[in-house]
Amino acid sequence: MAEMETGGGGHKKGPGVKKGKKLSTRVDLTPMVDLGFLLITFFIFTTTMSQPTAMRLNLPKDTEKPEDQNKVKASGALTLLLAKNDKVFYYEGELAPDGSNFKSANFKEIRQEIINKKKNTDPKDFMVIIKPNKESTYKNAVDALDEMTINDVKRYAMVDIFDVENQLIKASEGAK
Amino acid sequence: MPKHKVVRKSTPIDMTAMCDVAFLLLAFFILTTKFKPSEALAVVTPNSVSNKIAPQKDVVLITIDKDGQVYLSVSDDNTKEKRALLEEINNQNKLGLTEADIKNFLNSGSYIGVPFAKLKSYLALTPEELKKTKIEGIPVLDSTNNQLTEWMRAAATAFAGSKMNLLVKGDNASKYPSFQAVINAFKKNDMMKFQMITNPEAVPAGTELYKNNMKLQGEAAAAE
Repeated sequence: MAEMETGGGGHKKGPGVKKGKKLSTRVDLTPMVDLGFLLITFFIFTTTMSQPTAMRLNLPKDTEKPEDQNKVKASGALTLLLAKNDKVFYYEGELAPDGSNFKSANFKEIRQEIINKKKNTDPKDFMVIIKPNKESTYKNAVDALDEMTINDVKRYAMVDIFDVENQLIKASEGAK
Repeated sequence: MPKHKVVRKSTPIDMTAMCDVAFLLLAFFILTTKFKPSEALAVVTPNSVSNKIAPQKDVVLITIDKDGQVYLSVSDDNTKEKRALLEEINNQNKLGLTEADIKNFLNSGSYIGVPFAKLKSYLALTPEELKKTKIEGIPVLDSTNNQLTEWMRAAATAFAGSKMNLLVKGDNASKYPSFQAVINAFKKNDMMKFQMITNPEAVPAGTELYKNNMKLQGEAAAAE
């Protein structure tokens, strides 16, 4: 550190070394530390560390011609129906006319269902169809799409819900 | 009893080191901090495992608030496109917007949230007045009068030849029909790619994606 050369008396210690009058340069740093930490807390609270991320979604083109449409074996499909209060209903393959394969679950249980279905199906036939109903929220739709990413489902689609399915949802909601 | 006088010794601690640390941290936080722009539209976005950072430039943002109302905004840097977008809408619908109205839209942080018919009076509002006014969002739910379709067409024209990032920012609580209507508006304009703004979330352990990520990390470590 640079030292101020203060002249003044005192005996010489050696050639060229002047001994100045000793002034204490100790500053009480406590208030400064206080201030420092106060500002730190302020910045910690105001900072936004996590940048929002973006989830990509490519929509399929609506095709009128049947030959352009993707053909999926009905047996390889898993249909998720999103309903209100974060409920998920699902069925495998085609919906049985009596609704016997129509089951209910929640978002935690549905992951296992997707994994099971994926395991038991030929990969080229496997497809998940997501049908949010009118009372489901945007969060539900994003969660369902996220579930596709999590479980590495290659083919999935968001499709409009059918009336039959809506009625089944209504019926099973009413049953509880 | 002999009086015991407790000798209080002062304990001077050298604060220099602590001060250094404090200010080092302070400097770090000052440099990394990025203030949240005060958003006129409060939206709580859902979480997803996606780890791609949302783009900031060339953005056309569709916001769906918790009541399912739909708003449109363009990133502030793209003033040229913003102007083109509004002029396009103005010409298409004969709204008779003045230069001043368009200038208002060019202001930072502006967003559109009214039907065409009210656009002129809406743009004339100052930011303070806007806060007090209740606006109803762009009409989307009526499939015969999905005005977002026209907005998106105008956006496509305005961004013609340059890259456009289509973003959807929806509130957790908003109902699905609004989102569906937004998607329909995109589809009608052949905009098949869009991104949804979400908050990052950890990948649940043991799932396929988790295993894939682990594998990738292992490979990257092995390559080093």
